[in-house]
Amino acid sequence: MYFPLQDIEAVKLNIDDPDHLRIHSLETFGTHDGPGIRMVVFVQGCQFRCLYCQNPDTLDVKGGSLVEIEELVQRAIRQKNYFGTTGGVTVSGGEPLLQRNKLIHFFKRLHEEGINTCLDTNGRLNNHQAQELFDNTDILLLDVKHINDEIHHKLTGLTNKNTLEVAAYRESTGKPMWLRYVLVPGWTDQPEYLEEWGQYFSNYKTVERVEIIPFHQLGSQKWELLKMPYSLKDTSAPTTESKEKALQIFNKYFKNVILK
Amino acid sequence: MKASVEKMEFAPGKWQTSVNVQDFVIKNITPYNGDASFLSGPSAKTTNLWNICKESLLKERANNGCLAIDVETISSINAFKPGYINKEDEVIVGLQTDQLLKRAMKPFGGIKLVESAVKERGLQVSDRVLDIFNYAKNHNEKVFDAYDKEIRDYRSKHILTGLPDNYARGRIIGDFRRVALYGIDQLIKFKREDHVKVDGEMNEHKVRLREEISAQISALQDMLIMAEDYGFDISQPAQNAKEAVQWVYFAYLAAVKEQDGAAMSLGNVSSFLDIYIDRDLKEGLITEDEAQELVDQFVMKLRMVRHLRPGAYDEIFGGDPTWVTECIGGMFNDGRTKVTKTSFRFLQTLYNLGASPEPNLTVLWSGDLPDGFKSFCAKVSIDTSSIQYENDDLMRTNRGSDDYGIACCVSHQEIGKSIQHFGARANLPKALLIALNGGREERGGALIMKDIPFINDEILDYDVVINAFKTSMKEVARVYAKSMYIIHYMHDKYYYERAQMALIDSDPHIDIAYGAAGISIIADSLSAIKYAKVKPIRDENGLTVDFNIEGDYPKFGNDDDRVDSIAQEITSFFINELRKHQAYKNATPTLSLLTITSNVMYGTNTGATPDGRKEGESFAPGANPMHGRDSSGAIASLNSVAKLSYNDAQDGISNTFSMIPKSLGDTREEQVTNLVNVLSGYFKQMAHHLNVNVLNRETLQDAYNHPENHPQLTIRVSGYAVNFVRLSRAHQLEVIARTFHEAM
Repeated sequence: MYFPLQDIEAVKLNIDDPDHLRIHSLETFGTHDGPGIRMVVFVQGCQFRCLYCQNPDTLDVKGGSLVEIEELVQRAIRQKNYFGTTGGVTVSGGEPLLQRNKLIHFFKRLHEEGINTCLDTNGRLNNHQAQELFDNTDILLLDVKHINDEIHHKLTGLTNKNTLEVAAYRESTGKPMWLRYVLVPGWTDQPEYLEEWGQYFSNYKTVERVEIIPFHQLGSQKWELLKMPYSLKDTSAPTTESKEKALQIFNKYFKNVILK
Repeated sequence: MKASVEKMEFAPGKWQTSVNVQDFVIKNITPYNGDASFLSGPSAKTTNLWNICKESLLKERANNGCLAIDVETISSINAFKPGYINKEDEVIVGLQTDQLLKRAMKPFGGIKLVESAVKERGLQVSDRVLDIFNYAKNHNEKVFDAYDKEIRDYRSKHILTGLPDNYARGRIIGDFRRVALYGIDQLIKFKREDHVKVDGEMNEHKVRLREEISAQISALQDMLIMAEDYGFDISQPAQNAKEAVQWVYFAYLAAVKEQDGAAMSLGNVSSFLDIYIDRDLKEGLITEDEAQELVDQFVMKLRMVRHLRPGAYDEIFGGDPTWVTECIGGMFNDGRTKVTKTSFRFLQTLYNLGASPEPNLTVLWSGDLPDGFKSFCAKVSIDTSSIQYENDDLMRTNRGSDDYGIACCVSHQEIGKSIQHFGARANLPKALLIALNGGREERGGALIMKDIPFINDEILDYDVVINAFKTSMKEVARVYAKSMYIIHYMHDKYYYERAQMALIDSDPHIDIAYGAAGISIIADSLSAIKYAKVKPIRDENGLTVDFNIEGDYPKFGNDDDRVDSIAQEITSFFINELRKHQAYKNATPTLSLLTITSNVMYGTNTGATPDGRKEGESFAPGANPMHGRDSSGAIASLNSVAKLSYNDAQDGISNTFSMIPKSLGDTREEQVTNLVNVLSGYFKQMAHHLNVNVLNRETLQDAYNHPENHPQLTIRVSGYAVNFVRLSRAHQLEVIARTFHEAM
């Protein structure tokens, strides 16, 4: 599942074509990735290999298309009238951190135009550049996919250590963050780990909102189209009971939990 | 002169010495900045009545969409005895005929149409009525007497379609408030003064005007008698809220007893009525429950308005609409809002009586509307999909008045001061195909236009095509203007709207409202020719029957200037061509980008187009991007339509926006806020109109399969709303196929 060869490409992604982002697609009416109405830029490339990935077509770091950052800024400006007091731009993916250097520039430009920024990330990196990007992010949407590192590894192909470090860094800056959790039957719905997850972040002051995102099978077709093996083919969406249970557990630790 | 009663002690003003309802409203309105928490549910009487109506509606649908027809009577203001739903429960009275949902014949628009509509229901127009029309003339017959071959060709080849030559033009909005404010006696007095003023050397215009004013006076006299039959004296101004609502309704009722125009709109009565309701509430004469009861019952009556239509009419105006369009909200030029508690009460009818396409509730949106009202509108949209929005900031500044209504779907009309002559629409993609075929129709090859060069290129060249297309649009504009002149001349002569015109200033300003369909197909077709390789596929007669498109091209609906600018340019070109021609009564040409439901019929009658649209495939409604091509999300789609200039299309730019509830946000609160932001953002860019549907496609599928389970399911189409289950199967499928915006 993990393609080390892509590491070299991934590094290039951050450096080559500094004025361009490699994106998968653009959604101008995003209402599910951050507050309000948002222009959501889905960037291309990810090094996680989450078993339940809904957008496997965004994984390949060489896929997608290059779009000039300034063009995206101009598009965002044309959407500004719709943003109201809450909306703005979200960069999701794929994994945005792979293009952190360019995104710093993108977010700075957006701020110059008075546009709110969100970053939807798995928190794979916590180096100096990543932190500079976080500092330019108004709301960090952090996906903490599992609290147990072993299971996290099985689930995503990588450790959760970096993700937890990113959370800690965010907390240290005092800037707001939303935590997101994909509820996958048999993988992430174990009550004991949900409790642990909740406990872990319960004292975080920057967590404004926690979102539970129930797994669904809408992504399975993409896996087929890409001729990639999809190991969750037979996994069904979580039951109402299991969703309510997760909600109930998280509600013990957080004030604002949204079941998507 | 004392215009209104002393008892009510209204703030004085110009309205007391001349007919000036606007001044009365400005001086006496109580704007409301609060939220919806004061509203009441339906009264027991209202619920009783509505249950009876619902039963009748079911019977109507079971009886193929028409409950009953009176085949003996030519409808007029006083042709029928009073009718009731259930008299003891009715606080507002009056039906078009003597029975709920019974339809009446209005044959001056066209006896043949009435005959076929009646025949389709297995009935026969009475011999007496048929005999009268052996002598009397009618609009439809006389228009065809005056048509020439060219107009007939353009009509039969579906270049000009839906023309009001075989049905009544409608769209003229009477200032129905006048009857409540002044009473009939004073209105007659004013009209008599106008009549006297038309003097001096006679000319055709003056003679016609004198005849028209006389007809208006007789209509006012007839209204008096109609109200008397119901036990009311409307010779004097309304004394209280109940009378004000009743007087206004009588005035509207007179119009729909006399006329069966395609759209018979109401104007902007809600804020006016609030002045009376607010006064009665303050004086303790009525309670909030009673105030709501008045509005509910008034609205219920408006929902029961029916016209007799032949089946073919359904192609252009699907779902049996009447367009009782009522404008809610908006701002005054002095910066205050026109939103009152009665604005809320009108929207509340959608809860008290359930969702409904009529009256066509139209919110005049301004960035300055009170927040509580904006949120309530969004909530009602999410719950009922029954309201549309039009840009008050744009219309107020562009058209100059803050006292206006919307005729039909999107057409601005200054109330009581201005009217419009309805012009249906031209099929622009058809004009493009004729341009690509050397002036011949793409189907059958009949020569329609001379002077169009024959294009024999293997790959279409943008400059060559655009030149030919412009020549073809010039021709369409010329023939279109000619047909409109004839239609409105004859309509005035044989089917004059005396009841509405009695409530409008004598000799008002007139717009001639032309229309164009298929702008998104035009934009995409020209964009394909410009940015991709488009090869025409020609048959053995050299007629282009299809196109091969190599490569991708920018598509309308993605906020891409390369193609959006083409839509702008063509719209501008077409209205400027129309402006070059003489219009009947010196009307001012305007243009709408609106289709009603005729986008399906246009599609059926139009060959394949260079954008890849197949022969027979439906057009997008109004100015909407083509289904599924607006692939960058809803905001990009809205932004493309927002670029079309209202100056080029002052009769309205219709956009229908459908989204699934979840795409608006996770919680109801978020959904409301996000919808308010969508509306604010769209209209801030000087966009004109937005229909908002918040529905799941599955709901529509289910209603398609099980109509009996969805009697009140309402959906906005192009500029109006319909009961989904009353649409034809073809229209239902087209609605289901439309782009539903789902956030990723």
